Amino acid sequence: MEFTVNGEKREADVEYDMPLLWVLRDELGLKGTKYGCGVAQCGACTVHVDGVAVRSCQLAAGEAEGSDITTIEGLGTPETLHAVQEAWVEHQVAQCGYCQSGQIMQAAALLDQDPEPSDEVIDIVMSGNLCRCGTYPRIRAAVHTAAKKLQEA
Amino acid sequence: MGRLRTIGRRSFLIGSAAVMGGVAFGTYMVQAPHDNPLAKDLAEGSATFNPWVLISPEKITLIAPHADKGQGVSSAQAALIAEELDVEFGQFEVSFGKPDPAYWNHAMSEEGLPFKSTDDRWAVERARATMGGALKVMGMQGTGGSTAMADSFHKLREAGAAARETLKLAASNRTGVPVSELKTANAAVQLPDGTEIKYTELAGEAAQIEPVRFVKLRDPSEWRLIGKPMQRLDILGKSTGTLDYGIDVEIEGMVHATICVNPRQGGVMKGYKENGAREMRGVIDIVEITNGVAVVADNTWRAFQAINAIECDWGDAPYPHEQADHWTAIEDSFVEAQLDDEWRNDGDVDAASGEEITAEYRSPYVAHAPMEPLNAIVQVTDARVDIWTGHQMPIILEQQIAALTEHDVENVHFHNQWIGGSFGHRLELDYIKQAAEIANQMRGTPVKMTYTREEDFAHDFPRHIAMGRASGKVADGKVVSMSLDIAAPSVLGSQMSRVGITVPGADAQIPAGSWNNPYALANFRMRSYRAPELAPVSSWRAVGAPGAGFFFDSFLDELIHAAGADPMEERLRLINHKPSRKVLEEVAALSNWGSEMGENQGRGVAFIESFGAPVAEVIEVTQSDAGIKIDKAFVVADVGTVVDPINFENLVMGGAIFGMGHAMNCEITYSDGMAEQSNYHAHEAMRMYQCPEIVIKGLENGHKIRGMGEPTVPPAAPALGNAIFAATGQRIREMPFHKHIDFV
Repeated sequence: MEFTVNGEKREADVEYDMPLLWVLRDELGLKGTKYGCGVAQCGACTVHVDGVAVRSCQLAAGEAEGSDITTIEGLGTPETLHAVQEAWVEHQVAQCGYCQSGQIMQAAALLDQDPEPSDEVIDIVMSGNLCRCGTYPRIRAAVHTAAKKLQEA
Repeated sequence: MGRLRTIGRRSFLIGSAAVMGGVAFGTYMVQAPHDNPLAKDLAEGSATFNPWVLISPEKITLIAPHADKGQGVSSAQAALIAEELDVEFGQFEVSFGKPDPAYWNHAMSEEGLPFKSTDDRWAVERARATMGGALKVMGMQGTGGSTAMADSFHKLREAGAAARETLKLAASNRTGVPVSELKTANAAVQLPDGTEIKYTELAGEAAQIEPVRFVKLRDPSEWRLIGKPMQRLDILGKSTGTLDYGIDVEIEGMVHATICVNPRQGGVMKGYKENGAREMRGVIDIVEITNGVAVVADNTWRAFQAINAIECDWGDAPYPHEQADHWTAIEDSFVEAQLDDEWRNDGDVDAASGEEITAEYRSPYVAHAPMEPLNAIVQVTDARVDIWTGHQMPIILEQQIAALTEHDVENVHFHNQWIGGSFGHRLELDYIKQAAEIANQMRGTPVKMTYTREEDFAHDFPRHIAMGRASGKVADGKVVSMSLDIAAPSVLGSQMSRVGITVPGADAQIPAGSWNNPYALANFRMRSYRAPELAPVSSWRAVGAPGAGFFFDSFLDELIHAAGADPMEERLRLINHKPSRKVLEEVAALSNWGSEMGENQGRGVAFIESFGAPVAEVIEVTQSDAGIKIDKAFVVADVGTVVDPINFENLVMGGAIFGMGHAMNCEITYSDGMAEQSNYHAHEAMRMYQCPEIVIKGLENGHKIRGMGEPTVPPAAPALGNAIFAATGQRIREMPFHKHIDFV
């Protein structure tokens, strides 16, 4: 199967029903996308598929074939951070950090749709992403900061 | 934690002998009685001054041996060394180091003894030193019990200072300039004429000098890092998906495995049917392990698919199969024969007169469920064993795996990794043993074993269940007496049994957070009863205090309301420990306690001291048709010294959210001997829409530095329950609260 991942054509010889998550992690070596629950309950595996935030543990490789996929590694890099990542660093959101790839991907997709989200909208959209360290107040603040950065850019 | 404590107790004689033999406790590792592990394979031209500082001609490496499970301790440890070494963030690398006795945790002794943390009498301090001696002799490296900062605060600054002074001496030898005229900054020694010699350039010469030993630490007024906001070293990696956790590590030639062991924990596997799993794509092998079966495949998901196809025949659990029977066992434990200890008996609770109130409280089993499912990579060859995973007890880990694979322990090599949350689960060893069992059956091949989330829940060792029976009396608007009996299985006993150790003495975690309260109640009795071992349980963030503290503070609140007193004023009337009083006063001020609240609103306060840190929380809630909404929370905690205000705030906030979330909606229940909750949908704790604004203040009045990983968890449940009572008149005496009231 062929996918466009972070702007590059990638191939993987996998079953139709292998979740995209495991194609990314175990076949393409992109470990930034995390396995948390396998049943779309935690959001740690969130990636963008054709610009939409998707739980990659629930998307079959066969359905994703040919799609344009962005993972946390493609959103920005340590040298060239995306505005959301910049905000995450500035607010020092992460504790254990394991959920944060998914949080950041979800937040980036939210800001694409709604450049100036209210707290209420942030809460609704981000509540599918579980954090067990309790970083929610910092996530809220970082989303607002990222929104400002994107508007100023 | 806990496991160290009991080993400490067992080895008390060793510790005592060491005291009599003249080992000087209280002086730190700069004069390490253990060999410096960095000296073993020291490269030509490199220098090491103690187990925490390594300087080569190329770079400076600081060793941060406490496991980092998200609490930011790698950065904090590095900052303590850097403070005195005069290196800045960006000028050094940080390594977890190799497991070694030199990294023994001396602060574990604090929690291991039945004294209140506020008790600093000479005899008590002496007992702590003796316990510390035992841990030192055993070389017990470990992370837990909120001890990392207490363990590190002096010795890592001393390590940095000793290295700095040795480097100055090397510079003095080279230049002839007296040490007294040399300064240090930015990883370099500065000469009076402004010339700089980089530490890395001095490594070779410094290596020839006997390290300087006694160095006076800088006055806090001179600190340039400690107490100032820091940017933690892992923040960029964790914000870009570029930091590898254990689950992300790849070893060449690695295969992917997963397991299924009897969800009736400790029960055997009587047999299994492969059901074609072996023929499924990517499956390399199916092997038996203790009480279960493992699939080895070329991809994690393919291993998951195959394990789900296998049908196992499970034996019975060694504990009651139904949850109701677990509760019956606890109820039946309030008898003289099972009295574990009487922790307090002040005044005379029976003779006190007043209106009597009684109540019964319950705290459920709760899962750790860290975001990173448990996993480990193990490679076994005839010569050695290598283990890549994150764990909090590296010395015990190496010993246990050595016993399993029958290697000498010096041939077992643990490589600690970044951990995606633990909350206590990474104190357990089953997941590593299971990976080792698989790898031992395919020697030479590195095996990465990953739990499915369902296996993680089924095979967790949850927080212990507990019940509290309380009675008290009120008269003349005051609380005059209180008696609290708590029955629970011993979490320490359960944990230790899995490493083959029997725990003597009373379990201080059954009454933790209740017996040690700093209230001057004229009549107060606190007794703990040891229930029989039920489901296997383990230390869960703050261990005993989230349950026992909930019982104590909620019932105190009941008594205060029955007396007609104000919850804050009556607590302040009773509290008799200065830093604790200050914590309560500050949270009252911060929350504007006593100010008018809206209709259907209420606020509650709770105060609990655990792990030596007094913490008070005020929570405000509103009752609506849809349920309770948490509006705002205020947390004040005294840690003695705040090392990094940002990390402090993160841990305080995280602890309060963890405490509230689990009190609201989490429990593990058993049916047919198996945990009924299999994934986050059934055990989700707090999500963002439920998370209130949290206002935090740190105080530094305590005379010892304390850790903040755990102490803000326990007050959250009673503060929330007390707030719900204030808003609704409904007293909730059982967690999770959602069994009794809805939340928005």
